[in-house]
Amino acid sequence: MLRPLSDLKSGERGIVRELQGGRRLAARLAGLGLTPGALVGVVHNYGRGPLTVAVLHTRVALGLGQAARVLVETTEAER
Amino acid sequence: MSSEAAGLVTIALAGQPNVGKSTVFNRLTGLNQHVGNWPGKTVEQKTGEMEYEGTPIRLVDLPGTYSLTANSEEERVARDFILRERPDVVIAIVNAAALERNLYLLAELLVLPRPVVIGLNMMDVAESQGVRVEPEVLEAALKVPVVPLVASRNQGLLPLVAAALRVAAAPGAFAPLRPEIRATHRPVLAAIAAGLAGKLPPLYPTDWAALKLLEGDAEIAAVVRAAAPEAWDDIHPLLLKHEDAYLDIAGGRYEWIARMVRAAVVRPRAGVVTITDRLDRVATHPLGGLALLLGVLAAVFWLTYAAAAPLVSLLGRAISGSLAGAVRSALTPAPSWFAAFVVDGLIRGAGMVLSFLPILVFFFALIGLLEDVGYMARMAYVMDRFMHRLGLHGKSSLPLFLGFGCNIPAVLGTRIIEDRRARLLTLLLAPLVPCTARLAVVTFLAPAFFGELATWAMVGLVALNLVVLVVVGVALNKLVFRGAKTAFIMEMPLYHVPNLRTIGLFVWNNVWAFLKKAGSVIVVVAAIVWALSSWPGPGMEHSVLAGLGRALTPIGAWIGVDDWRFIVALLTSFVAKENTIATLGVLFSAGERGVGLAGRVAAALPPSAAFAFLAVQMLFVPCAATVAATRQEAGWRWALLSVVMLLALSLAVGSVTYQVLSRM
Repeated sequence: MLRPLSDLKSGERGIVRELQGGRRLAARLAGLGLTPGALVGVVHNYGRGPLTVAVLHTRVALGLGQAARVLVETTEAER
Repeated sequence: MSSEAAGLVTIALAGQPNVGKSTVFNRLTGLNQHVGNWPGKTVEQKTGEMEYEGTPIRLVDLPGTYSLTANSEEERVARDFILRERPDVVIAIVNAAALERNLYLLAELLVLPRPVVIGLNMMDVAESQGVRVEPEVLEAALKVPVVPLVASRNQGLLPLVAAALRVAAAPGAFAPLRPEIRATHRPVLAAIAAGLAGKLPPLYPTDWAALKLLEGDAEIAAVVRAAAPEAWDDIHPLLLKHEDAYLDIAGGRYEWIARMVRAAVVRPRAGVVTITDRLDRVATHPLGGLALLLGVLAAVFWLTYAAAAPLVSLLGRAISGSLAGAVRSALTPAPSWFAAFVVDGLIRGAGMVLSFLPILVFFFALIGLLEDVGYMARMAYVMDRFMHRLGLHGKSSLPLFLGFGCNIPAVLGTRIIEDRRARLLTLLLAPLVPCTARLAVVTFLAPAFFGELATWAMVGLVALNLVVLVVVGVALNKLVFRGAKTAFIMEMPLYHVPNLRTIGLFVWNNVWAFLKKAGSVIVVVAAIVWALSSWPGPGMEHSVLAGLGRALTPIGAWIGVDDWRFIVALLTSFVAKENTIATLGVLFSAGERGVGLAGRVAAALPPSAAFAFLAVQMLFVPCAATVAATRQEAGWRWALLSVVMLLALSLAVGSVTYQVLSRM
């Protein structure tokens, strides 16, 4: 099941499957490591304001609007 | 090998943001660097000179970009430089702790026709995270020279330059492993390349242009349409059919990177919780982060003004007292008008402005520190929620914050905002941030006007100013920009130990710009004000300036100011905000001796008018240098809009303030 990245709670992880919102946004996200197939973890998501995600050993802040365009497949409870 | 006759070697320095690229550049060039603009662009260009074992080198710092896809002006500038100027070699600085992400730019650099050397920076950071990177293994995999670095501790920089010169001396021997795209798109890429063969200007390598077309690069598409319209007719349908290829190409690059680093990088199985993560738990928390931000801002302003204030008054006394006195006695043989010009016009006028220097030095040192440590990105993060109400996002808070130092870096700083609409809105708001010059004028006059209440008056003025900023921001967003939203995407760099050299250069570049302004524009204005205030005479009461000021007193009456000298002071502040003091210094210095300037000025206005005057002073038309910077960044229309808007706004706020206060 695909979920928007903005719905993930702090600590949840997933694999990026789809980038919506057009080529420009997708190209910018790709430069930061967010391409289909990338493993992404949510570091902080407070539900309002931007969220911080971990991707390719870096931290990226995304506005909620942008995070909603990144669809991920969650890898449940992998502990 | 390379002798003097071999001539200048040009090295381009490329890298993603936050990899320590500017540390490398600063270490190698020191003060032998020039900061300017790329021709015709609003992107900062830094070049510098150095020498290595007799070989003169020109080092060009390319803008820090994540990729080279022509999404932003920075990306276009970087790749145009490599294609058109053909540097002898490109040094790609990468962060060893985040190698996989950093090599994305390398994947793009390797398909351009210039040799590349990799500077594997931040080896110490990688080690502290338990990440082991083996440069030789990476070099063997990529077939690109790799030099390990710790630029912040000056380790590995000369070997890096030596490696770059070796490659530059024998470019033919450079044969890297180049990234290939996924098998699914190879046939279409080959078809596009075949269609382009021999039809493009020699600047563009065919394979590279084909790849960029498949990635949907609008700039290259325009080049092809212009140079080979018939080829475009064949290619265009192919591109439409493979419209989503760009995601595959990006994904393919990361797969290639993963193969390249597999043997070279060993990471700890469980991710290390870094200091950065721990600090960010507070620094990016909705409440904790806000509290921290307010604390940091309060500390910056308190330190700036508390530390600088004694120096400012010391310098002020030295300039208007000892220096003026010494010069006056040294000039006794000269004609008296000349002595008056130098002492009252230049020293008491323009010289006073120099006394603000400590404020600027402290402010920019603190900002440089916050930037270098990595805190500024957190500030943008925390501010994002609030900036959204103004139709902006977090990044806009960074240039606006710089505006407290000086509005010019604030205007130039809007370059970090990718979206044009958000950038223009930030440009319009930047002059509403009270800069040190305006705050210095208030700091100078408020104690004289309001005595014990001076601090409260100053707090009130700054608060009024910030309220106006927010109201204008919300209104502009609704009316002019119709509430459109912008994307907030920003890397959060690792915190790191500040580098004094980097901070020092930051302070130097900003203070030097101020000194140049003080030495040119402000001196000229002080001289003109002095001349207009002494001519035709007799006395200042009968000068041209007095006439102009008197003609405008009906407008001054709106804010309760009927003394022409204040109106003239306001007018000259258009040239530079500090001129308010410089002009008052000239206009009030004639005659009376003994009473300080501030005291004489204060006696001329009642408190309500004084407050209104200072409010107008803070909101008045941006200084000429800021207007010039706005024009350079956005064009005449926006610069003019900014001037008209602030003129109307300052007079409106000033009259309302005066009307309210005078009835209290």
